Amino acid sequence: MSSFGKQKPSNLEKPIGKGKPEVNIATFALLFSEIVQYCQNRVHTVPELQTKLSELGQHVGSHMLDVIFLREKGFKREIKLLSMLIFIKSTFWKIVFGKEADKLEQANDDDKTYYIIEKEPLVNKFISVPKDKGSLNCAAFTAGMLEAVLNGANFPAKVTVHWHKGTTFMIKFDESVITRDKTVDSR
Amino acid sequence: MSRQANRAGDPRKVNGELFTLTYGALVAQLIKDYENDEQVNKQLDKMGYNMGVRLIEDFLARANMGRCNDFRETADVIAKVAFKMYLGLTPVVSNWSAAGDEFSLLLESNPLTEFVELPSGHNNLNYSNLMCGVLRGALEMVQMDVDVRFVQDTLKGDNITEIRLKFNKRLEDAVPVGED
Repeated sequence: MSSFGKQKPSNLEKPIGKGKPEVNIATFALLFSEIVQYCQNRVHTVPELQTKLSELGQHVGSHMLDVIFLREKGFKREIKLLSMLIFIKSTFWKIVFGKEADKLEQANDDDKTYYIIEKEPLVNKFISVPKDKGSLNCAAFTAGMLEAVLNGANFPAKVTVHWHKGTTFMIKFDESVITRDKTVDSR
Repeated sequence: MSRQANRAGDPRKVNGELFTLTYGALVAQLIKDYENDEQVNKQLDKMGYNMGVRLIEDFLARANMGRCNDFRETADVIAKVAFKMYLGLTPVVSNWSAAGDEFSLLLESNPLTEFVELPSGHNNLNYSNLMCGVLRGALEMVQMDVDVRFVQDTLKGDNITEIRLKFNKRLEDAVPVGED
């Protein structure tokens, strides 16, 4: 690497930009399809495949979180559980997927569990699930993104994906999050 | 009908950063899975090829382009129509060989490499090699055998990203068995 002298400024010196550039949905869909096929060739079962997709999603989510918090909120964190969830449902979803998530719900019997429901997630739009893999939901990738975003914002949680009213992302928060949120509330 | 649907947050477009980071996640995974950069390059090229083979159909269906008369016209269509349509940028076509069978696409910016810095020890990695595969695959489907490779890459300290395309030969229509 001899040409280092006149190199372009490194990423850290570049302005972060407004995040406007967009690519064609076909470009993304085909890339995602290749990713799913690649992962599928390296695993044996559907749950393994979903785990793999979720890991890749986490990689995306953890990077996305920084960019969006910086750009949208001037790096102010969300500290309340509910505002974090609403931030994800509206702001985050809108930027990343071009629309707000369809629904945000809390489980009736469990204060640790929340659901984000999306009738047709972007990543599933062009995927037809083969008959013998009926339970496969490639939105596991999105679930991974959500998990990384929540963990990165210090709301440790597990996010899983289910076929229910379209696709339902089940968010199970760590006990500590709920305990902490109560103290924040009572202040 | 499609015109109107386009207005509310264009459904035919996807957030560019989602795309960039998704690609980044893929490359990071490949680097973990394969032993050396050459194998990663090869895998990226293969995936790109698969994409290109399918992307050309979308392109022909939407772009309404006729047949190209020569390689120069092909170059223009790739740069001005295809790149614009799928990545939202227009590379410059230049450095034609005397015989007119080789040219370069010069990219000022590259959506695949946004946010990316190559860690040391990956000097042989062609991070955006997927693109070569896409071009090769798409052109093969319109009966052109073309070599595609990276010559310069801003990720490696060059001032510009340059992709070189070399026309090898025209592929004859292969008629599928039992369909003549």
